[in-house]
Amino acid sequence: MTSKNDRIALPPVSAKKTNLVCHFCIVGCGYHVYKWPENQEGGRAPDQNALGLDFRKQLPPLAVTMTPAMTNVITDHAGKRHNIMILPDKNCSVNQGLSSTRGGQLAKVMYTSDGVGKARLKHPRLNTGDQWLDTTWDDALALYAGLTKKILDSDGPGELAFDCFDHGGAGGGFENTWGSGKLMFTALKTPMVRIHNRPAYNSECHATRDMGVGELNNSYEDAEVADVIMAIGTNAYETQTNYFLAHWVPNMQGATLDKKKKWFAGESFDKTKIIIVDPRRSPTVAICEQVAGKENILHLDIEPGTDIALFNAFFSYVVENGWHDKDFIAKNTKGFDAAVQANKLSLEEASKITGISVARLKQAADWAYKPKASGHRPHTMHAYEKGIIWGNDNYLIQSALVDVVLATRNVGRRGTGVVRMGGHQEGYTRPPYPGDSKIYVDQEIINGKAMMYTAWGANPFQTTLNAEEHRRAILRRSNIVKEAMGAARGKSAAEMVEVIYDAVKNKGGLFVTNINLYPTMLADAAHLMLPAAHPGETNLTSMNGERRLRLSQKFMDPPGSAKADCLIAADIANTMKKMYEAAGNSDMAKRFAGFDWKTEEDAFNDGFRTAGQKDAPPIDSQGGGSGNLATYERLAAAGNNGVQLPIKEYKNGKLIGTEMHYMDGKFDTGDGKAEFKPAPWPGLPKPVQAQKEKYKFWINNGRVNEVWQTAYHDQYNDFVRGRFPMAFIELNPDDAQSLSIAGGDVVEVYNDYGSTYAMAYPTPEIKKNQTFMQFGYINGIAGDVTTPWTDRNVVPYYKGTWANLRRVGSMEVYKRTVSFKNRRYGA
Amino acid sequence: MTVSRREFFKIGGSVAAGASLVAGVQAQAAVGNTTLTYKPKSVGKAAAMATNAPIAFQFPDASSPCAAIKMGAAVPGGVGPNQDIVAYSTLCTHMGCPVAYDSGKRTFNCACHFSMFDAEKGGQMICGQATENLPRITLEYNDKTDTITAVAVDGLIYGRQANI
Repeated sequence: MTSKNDRIALPPVSAKKTNLVCHFCIVGCGYHVYKWPENQEGGRAPDQNALGLDFRKQLPPLAVTMTPAMTNVITDHAGKRHNIMILPDKNCSVNQGLSSTRGGQLAKVMYTSDGVGKARLKHPRLNTGDQWLDTTWDDALALYAGLTKKILDSDGPGELAFDCFDHGGAGGGFENTWGSGKLMFTALKTPMVRIHNRPAYNSECHATRDMGVGELNNSYEDAEVADVIMAIGTNAYETQTNYFLAHWVPNMQGATLDKKKKWFAGESFDKTKIIIVDPRRSPTVAICEQVAGKENILHLDIEPGTDIALFNAFFSYVVENGWHDKDFIAKNTKGFDAAVQANKLSLEEASKITGISVARLKQAADWAYKPKASGHRPHTMHAYEKGIIWGNDNYLIQSALVDVVLATRNVGRRGTGVVRMGGHQEGYTRPPYPGDSKIYVDQEIINGKAMMYTAWGANPFQTTLNAEEHRRAILRRSNIVKEAMGAARGKSAAEMVEVIYDAVKNKGGLFVTNINLYPTMLADAAHLMLPAAHPGETNLTSMNGERRLRLSQKFMDPPGSAKADCLIAADIANTMKKMYEAAGNSDMAKRFAGFDWKTEEDAFNDGFRTAGQKDAPPIDSQGGGSGNLATYERLAAAGNNGVQLPIKEYKNGKLIGTEMHYMDGKFDTGDGKAEFKPAPWPGLPKPVQAQKEKYKFWINNGRVNEVWQTAYHDQYNDFVRGRFPMAFIELNPDDAQSLSIAGGDVVEVYNDYGSTYAMAYPTPEIKKNQTFMQFGYINGIAGDVTTPWTDRNVVPYYKGTWANLRRVGSMEVYKRTVSFKNRRYGA
Repeated sequence: MTVSRREFFKIGGSVAAGASLVAGVQAQAAVGNTTLTYKPKSVGKAAAMATNAPIAFQFPDASSPCAAIKMGAAVPGGVGPNQDIVAYSTLCTHMGCPVAYDSGKRTFNCACHFSMFDAEKGGQMICGQATENLPRITLEYNDKTDTITAVAVDGLIYGRQANI
């Protein structure tokens, strides 16, 4: 990378152009990659550069986003160097040429030996006890597969624990969920698997699915034509940026009124209303008020954890006023009466629980559910994310929410939908999970169970609940193995397998493998690290929050001998197959067959495109039975607009998809009827209530705009680290003053479950006795103080914990270089 | 010193070879730049600047709006007698919309996609969709004349392949 930051190389007309979908949130903005030899440059005249822009004069605003972060110089395996430039695609319906601060840095994070990616894992690495050794894939696989086989044969698959991605985008995709899933579930048959951000193999959306309503049931376009958007526990400007900017904002501005009139002839339209349910005044609230005017925004700043009471009050109020859709309820649903009884809650009671006045509760319900002036039912879209998913309690909140949505038929009509907003993209294709109950894997590990632990595109040190105890257990058990390995000298891989087995079988050890792009915090515990690849270095398919499937095309080599996760899975399976064949065990060898993939496309065809086909094994796939229609070739032709799953047909050279689910009133239940679920208000869970009574501050937490997930790239990115050298914690200035805390001070956050550290960021919008801490960061881990409580499906309540704050000291460099000004626009 | 015939030819030969090499050398530019050549431009006198009142100017050319501000207390990158004078490009690095100075917060705000930059922290993005902080105009201060001069730009100005 050059230090000259006041100019960039333009792509010449001859530059190669490919498609890349941003993997730094669920929205999946389309980008184009331009690649050309390092010694060439395009000219400033529009016919001399691939962008067709005239750089001979100053470009007007909104013509392009083109910054140094969008460029890089990469080196292929043969040593040849190319310029790359990665710009947003104006013709992509998702982002329409917009780039976020995350996607705008796609080029910058691609691997170079001296750039953001310099710390990437390039080759397998083995910890020989007290030092890291670069090693070959053959050696690494001999050890990994040898130990896996030994444990599988002697102790069974339940001793082989995994913490594995299950999603799309980087560290995921349909290719890689299939590759890893086929290894874990068909070959190894282990049930001891947790998912990257939660301690069991479960969904974040059990309730809505049980009710027959899949969680991604509309299109981004529906947000353009909704009368009302109710945003619950989602901070869309920061975490689904261009969905918000390209689809919500135009609706708030009135720019989509013509489309509404066309789509919904005869209906009356008031100013678009946004209701935001969030205990915190988030940056999204501030921007909505700027865009639509305060009078059109209602921020319901409920008491933490009281969403169930809120939705039960809405449900009861709707029924009391007769605003529910009686025909629809009678014909297309079941369980209504029982839910009405179970969820019954007056506005007065709800007001006491939620802290929202009866008048404001009424106003919200009137906006969202009262028939419009024309007599039509309002199109109210309900959008939710981690405030509910990591809330109190996941299953019950979703039940309460979907109950009121079903009653008012705000699903299966254009301009509605009850949808999760999403974190990363989706990309699930796996054999069925080989277990009949949910295992709280973290607790198993803490209690000394399992002998091998493979963190695969996952980082439980930064992203689990009760994280401190969990991390301590893994480090302690890992060290037992490290000591055994360090004491073993002159051992072959086969002999080392015996040494490690003794440590994990007889001494309480845990052999830890980290399959990832970077070493991450897991390097502290790992004995083996295997280098993976990410989009651009491998072809990858994922779908976004409107089920839009796209192919991100490979344009460069991964660093060193790193490879796609599906091919790592194949290497492991093929090595084990050979070991079983050598041992004369053909039955077990057969279990590890079917991984003869040369490319990621082979894995895509074996999983996503095989699901539902004749004679195919059972496969749970978000592509369903028609995924077969999506070939790499067709997806490449479909470009950044791709196709919305499920695919209906392939016609005239085009993949035709599904814009909205449940338009026919048939839901995903056995009899096609959506099912109301009782969801009585339960109060706070006991361990959470106990922390609340004992400690002063609510430790709300979540993702922030500038940082992607665990900061696996961003920790090496000066633009991000300069802004957030450590996790920040917003707190009320009066609270800060009472504890002698100033902006930039380091504070300890502690309770019965652990302690962590954060950089204080006094913020007037944060209520007294409340805080907001950046989640999942490298330096300050909010999960350290989360209780181990989960809902019935082992879904955590990350948002629900209380702790005390203590000023540790002051970092002069933070105070001097980091801005502590309000992150809310217009405040 | 006596020179043998053999040595004479050796020296003469190398001289001749050297002369032919010189004849093949092309003239190169007198200045070996690895940086863009900005033409310095006076922004004004420090004493004339009021605290927290931005002065608009254009740099490095007429189509690049900038603002210089005297913050009233030393800030990173600040120049002048109190090291408190800074200047920035006022085109948002995201998509080039003009950023507006909020004298209350001392930030530059973009109304297009809501990016905000801190004038007191080197133009750091506070929250927003840019991938770069605001380009900082490199200023020099002449204490004899009390003059602030713009001499370079640290960062790429929106909508350009190069700043000049």
